[in-house]
Amino acid sequence: MAERTVAVTADLTPAELEQLLLERPDYEVQLESLNQWQLAWRRFRRHRLALAGAALFLALVAIAIIGPFFVHYDYYEIPHPDELVYAGRPPSWISGDWDPPLLMGETARLQRDILGLVVNGARLSLVIGVGATIISVVIGAVWGGVAGYFGGWLDSVMMRIVDSLLTLPILFLILVAGKFLGRGDWPSVMLIFGLFGWLGLSRLVRSLFLSLREEDFVDAARAVGVSDGRIILRHILPNTLSPIIVAATLSVAGVIIGEAFVSFLGFGVDITQPTWGNVLTSSLDFLQQGNWWWAFFPGFAIVLTVLGINFMGDGLRDALDPRARI
Amino acid sequence: MSGPDGGAAGGGPGEAGNGVPIVEIEDLKTYFPIRTGILRRLAGYVRAVDGVSFEIRRGEVFGLVGESGCGKTTLGRTLLRLQRPTGGVARLEGRNVLEFRGRDLRKMRRRMQIIFQDPVGSLNPRMPVSDIIGEGLLAQADVENRWGERKVRDKRVGDYLEEVGLRRDYARRYPHEFSGGQRQRIGIARALALDPEFIFADEPVSALDVSIQSQILNLLLDLRDRHDLTYLFVAHNLSVIQYISDRVGVMYLGKLVELSPVAELYANPRHPYTIALLSAVPDPDPRVRKKRIVLTGDVPSPAAPPPGCRFHTRCWLREQLGDPEECATIDPPFREIGGGHRVACHFAERIREEVSTAAVIGVEEPPGVPGGADPISQAS
Ligand SMILES: Nc1ncnc2c1ncn2[C@@H]1O[C@H](COP(=O)(O)OP(=O)(O)OP(=O)(O)O)[C@@H](O)[C@H]1O
Ligand code: SF4
Ligand SMILES: [Mg+2]
Repeated sequence: MAERTVAVTADLTPAELEQLLLERPDYEVQLESLNQWQLAWRRFRRHRLALAGAALFLALVAIAIIGPFFVHYDYYEIPHPDELVYAGRPPSWISGDWDPPLLMGETARLQRDILGLVVNGARLSLVIGVGATIISVVIGAVWGGVAGYFGGWLDSVMMRIVDSLLTLPILFLILVAGKFLGRGDWPSVMLIFGLFGWLGLSRLVRSLFLSLREEDFVDAARAVGVSDGRIILRHILPNTLSPIIVAATLSVAGVIIGEAFVSFLGFGVDITQPTWGNVLTSSLDFLQQGNWWWAFFPGFAIVLTVLGINFMGDGLRDALDPRARI
Repeated sequence: MSGPDGGAAGGGPGEAGNGVPIVEIEDLKTYFPIRTGILRRLAGYVRAVDGVSFEIRRGEVFGLVGESGCGKTTLGRTLLRLQRPTGGVARLEGRNVLEFRGRDLRKMRRRMQIIFQDPVGSLNPRMPVSDIIGEGLLAQADVENRWGERKVRDKRVGDYLEEVGLRRDYARRYPHEFSGGQRQRIGIARALALDPEFIFADEPVSALDVSIQSQILNLLLDLRDRHDLTYLFVAHNLSVIQYISDRVGVMYLGKLVELSPVAELYANPRHPYTIALLSAVPDPDPRVRKKRIVLTGDVPSPAAPPPGCRFHTRCWLREQLGDPEECATIDPPFREIGGGHRVACHFAERIREEVSTAAVIGVEEPPGVPGGADPISQAS
């Protein structure tokens, strides 16, 4: 079978490609071969919003890692409050008072520098958000994957368990579990969110597995003698990656907000260690003083993280769809 | 190129089936449970394959036809252990493959392979061709064939790409970079790379462009000769079946209703269902005016097949014979009527008497089409 082919670099736009096909209709156009990750990167790069989101997220991670070396914070190191500014000073760029320079203003009463709180809070907030998500994705993917792949009564039992857990009031459970696991330290907060966050994801993964295991390429693998484990790892899981990533990005945002929420109820990370959540919620008692900046900046950090991660997830989903046009 | 275990006893090229059965199927049944409600209570079974017996001879192409949903795919998938059987026996050279486990099962997989209908769905979009074809080699690797070694494997992948008419260096590419015909060739190379003896080809050309179909059919026939293959070949298209098959089985609602060497079947069909199917094929000779036999009524559900003869709810012959009772009460046995021709109809012998062959296969007089149905053919 003689074939006339013309190699086309993947950098051609669809319009250029079409033009080429019009000019030489008897040629079969072959895209240059790239591996899956190269292709994914190409697609991701074209996605402006995703790039911006990734940059934003990476910037926040960088701040979380190196920020604390520059902006020192210690809970037990109490500044010398000025009785006259009980509500704390607003940001310098608003008040025009640059002595001391305050990028995000001060807290009420103790007059801590909010910049210090936000920068030092980034670590725990991101670690809890990402860590809990990893835990719940792993549990949810394995649980849902096993149920969906093997089906039958095993699937019924496993999914009934998920259904009944979903009917429980999760927040209440988190509060109760927090009591047992020792409230206040961040690993248990992360663990609790991770251990309760996988239910929805397991349903998603199950339904993906249920439909993917019926695919011909899975039958083909079985027909040549590939083991179940390898089929799951090499054939099914890679094809569930995109929806799992989307769910995971949503989960990171959800956990960061959720941590803020349980902090408000007094069961989040102990106030001696700042997180965006507990900084935000501790501001609420003092909001009448008019110091909006105390709530605004940690809240803004959460919003930026959520936006960054969500844009990034959007781009990842498109980039990982092999059938998408380059 | 065929391996050491390729076909020592193989029916040679061209000699269509030397009579030695390679696969023998006896009373094979595959039911799908129907579950309803939250409790997933068992409400019955879809009898997709319901007692099928026949044998496939070494070196032949056994064609399988029948309407959509009659159980052709399920039959093949059961045979290849991709679907749990409900009952029956399927022997590969004397050993029941339905009982194989573990090592035996994996070894059997090397000998029996499958080619799919859908050139898109049968290739994992996230794997390069080298892995798609090489994966089976890896799974079947042993010290003798050394398929576990990357170099040996890559060489074999390249060899088999060339064997199906593709370039070696396509191995690095991903499925979406290929046309439908090329993808189908990749699927064939995957099946072939294990050096099987038997291939279940499930409508391998139905999804392809008409211009490509004959290329692939001829490739399959070439490969049979070069590698001593035996095919179970499913198709909807009766011309394709006539072209490629040595013997043909006709399925209706989970059962075989007729089985015969191909020339005999097309010249002298003996089951009213087969006759209806054939009447829908346009004759190449434009002078011959064929009368289509239109099957009335819907195909009954395979969850509740009609009692007696499964075809009796739509059978034109039964109508012409004045509704004989046995059609609705006694399941006609699948019996030999001479010359390797088997048929499941109580009145197969009456066909020449009751309806002139001319009318059935088509010169002039149509058989009185029961129920005065409009000429929308239900036979595909
Ligand atoms: N996994 C399954 N679960 C339940 N029912 C099934 C399943 N697979 C097939 N069936 C049913 O079994 C019957 C036979 O299906 P099968 O796919 O074998 O038919 P087919 O002859 O291959 O049809 P087609 O020509 O459309 O490919 C159909 O009624 C179908 O709905
Ligand atoms: S047995 Fe009766 S119903 Fe069945 S095919 Fe023959 S004539 Fe028709
Ligand atoms: Mg089918």
